[in-house]
Amino acid sequence: MIRPDQPGSSRLGLGLFWVYVLLYGGFMGIVLFSPDLLSIRPLGGVNLAILYGLGLIAGAFLLAVVYLLFARSDR
Amino acid sequence: MLYETSPAAILIFAAFVIGVVGLSFFLGRKGQSAKAYYAAHGEVHWFVNGIAFAGDYLSAASFLGICGMIAFHGYDGFLYSIGFLAGWIVALFVIAEPIKALGRFTFADALDSRFNSRGIKLAVAISTLVVSVFYLIPQMVGAGDLIVPLLGLPHWVGVVLVGVAVTLIVVTAGMVSTTWVQFIKGSLLVFFCGILVALILNRGLVVDAGRDSGANLATQVRTVRPDGLVLVDGRPQSREHDLRPVGTIASLPARFAGKKSTGPLGPLEYLSALEDSTIVTWSPTKRVDAEGTHVSYTAVERKGADLLKPGGYFKGLTSGKLADRLDFASLMLALFCGTASLPHILIRYYTVKDAAAARKSTVVGIAAIGAFYLLTLFLGLGAMTSGALDPTSSNMAAPLLAKSFSTTLFAIISAIAFTTVLGTVSGLIMAGSGAVAHDLLENVCGIEMTDHEKVRYGKLAAVALGIVAMALGILFRSFNVSFLVGWAFNIAASANLPALVMLLFWPRTTKQGITAAVTVGMLAALAWILLSADTYEKVYGWSRDASVVPFSQPGLVTIPLGFLVLVVVSLLTPPPDRTISRV
Repeated sequence: MIRPDQPGSSRLGLGLFWVYVLLYGGFMGIVLFSPDLLSIRPLGGVNLAILYGLGLIAGAFLLAVVYLLFARSDR
Repeated sequence: MLYETSPAAILIFAAFVIGVVGLSFFLGRKGQSAKAYYAAHGEVHWFVNGIAFAGDYLSAASFLGICGMIAFHGYDGFLYSIGFLAGWIVALFVIAEPIKALGRFTFADALDSRFNSRGIKLAVAISTLVVSVFYLIPQMVGAGDLIVPLLGLPHWVGVVLVGVAVTLIVVTAGMVSTTWVQFIKGSLLVFFCGILVALILNRGLVVDAGRDSGANLATQVRTVRPDGLVLVDGRPQSREHDLRPVGTIASLPARFAGKKSTGPLGPLEYLSALEDSTIVTWSPTKRVDAEGTHVSYTAVERKGADLLKPGGYFKGLTSGKLADRLDFASLMLALFCGTASLPHILIRYYTVKDAAAARKSTVVGIAAIGAFYLLTLFLGLGAMTSGALDPTSSNMAAPLLAKSFSTTLFAIISAIAFTTVLGTVSGLIMAGSGAVAHDLLENVCGIEMTDHEKVRYGKLAAVALGIVAMALGILFRSFNVSFLVGWAFNIAASANLPALVMLLFWPRTTKQGITAAVTVGMLAALAWILLSADTYEKVYGWSRDASVVPFSQPGLVTIPLGFLVLVVVSLLTPPPDRTISRV
């Protein structure tokens, strides 16, 4: 149970968690149900499968940095 | 393929092993407290701990397995990279800080922090051991598999070498030396993979890499006769007469028309040029007759665009059957939920000072691990087009890629592959040692121990686990064990995650609920795996169709089942004592 006096996952952390769940779930949704989308090449001649995958890895790092910068003030 | 023994690889590996074992003795020269042995005094700097997370987490499966899978099947190996990293989001945002605040030495401490229940400790200790053993087997077998081609020594030597080195590391200074070994391994792995990728991008894409023009694309046949003799295209295999290395580009994109090589490329340019190239991959077909087992490798020209999208390895994605897609979804769910439930990862949260340090070290871990997984894509694709692949072994893709640049780099990458095994195995032995000595002997059996005895029992448990690990590594030698890591993730996620999450977010959670969820989650995932089509085929050698479960990966069913069991049992049992919960 999370109480204010006890260190636990913050509201910010949980918010960021759900953002990532949407991103990850969205990717898996495309892979499972609309795989043709993955062949389109939105940027620099690189297909969506690669860009979304690289984005999920880079995105995890970005969300982690956001959390690190703002986590303390959130408490 | 037969490989030349590399004295440089032996030397670098020997230097590393002697170095880390020496360091362990140095770190362990003073008498140790239980807090030092199990949690490195709780004083590891967050940055060191973050890199040690990478050293702990990035197993041989991550390094050799993913690289090989991308080199042989294209994009699908990268799906593992994505899933393995995504799990760290759960660790950072949900698990890291509370687990640090609630526990002391082991994950069972945290789950049991509000209840003081022997049932919880017993269930969690057993699940820790089960998950750790499932994770240990592929690491140990992998160590043996690596030593055969690279150092020219028998399989068991690799297993025993890793087992003895790791046991020494753990027994001398426990979590202190384990942390430093993992820190060194994590740094080396990411650094040298970075160098390899820089070399790959600098080389760009080359038509018929490593061959004279007009590459020989004739089918190659490898035969193993009943008497054990290996034939290549009908003649005995030797250094002079061996399978040809494979993995080449047949043609470059139109914009490089008339050229043999693209020259240096940026990362995105590399990917886009590869998508417009034609690549030669080799697919095996197996045939058994009176003369022996024949595997023929046939060259297939494929478009880059087809290799850079999902479906090459996970055939189910294109089969159109719902069960196949559920199998894939289940694996990706298990990878997402499993990371933050792995005992050898969780114990690393007890080595730092406080919750803020736990958070910071997780972010460093995500940076290092994320960087590594970005590199795996280029390593795999670089190997795919290096002209150096062994058609019979995807695990050799990364070392052979290094060999296409220089033999020194080959020696370094091979040695790093071994150290990869050392770092992960030491983490697993530590987790198992805590589960046996701290959870089972001290807390479940109620054996009173002085601080000194806690350390002694921990070390005894580590030696016993080291011996078990070596035995399993030799016993499971001929099994295809790469999927065991996937199983470990499934069991960890099904057994541990529901209990962890509900303990943190649902005040009505009871001790009976946690015990039941861990037990049922673990047993259900284990039973599902043992009854799955993959196990029928790969382990028992039976027909896939005889399997009684609809798909092989259990997570999609057994993770929700863990939550359900926890809620139902908690509601059926008296609510937890408020006075305890407020401590």
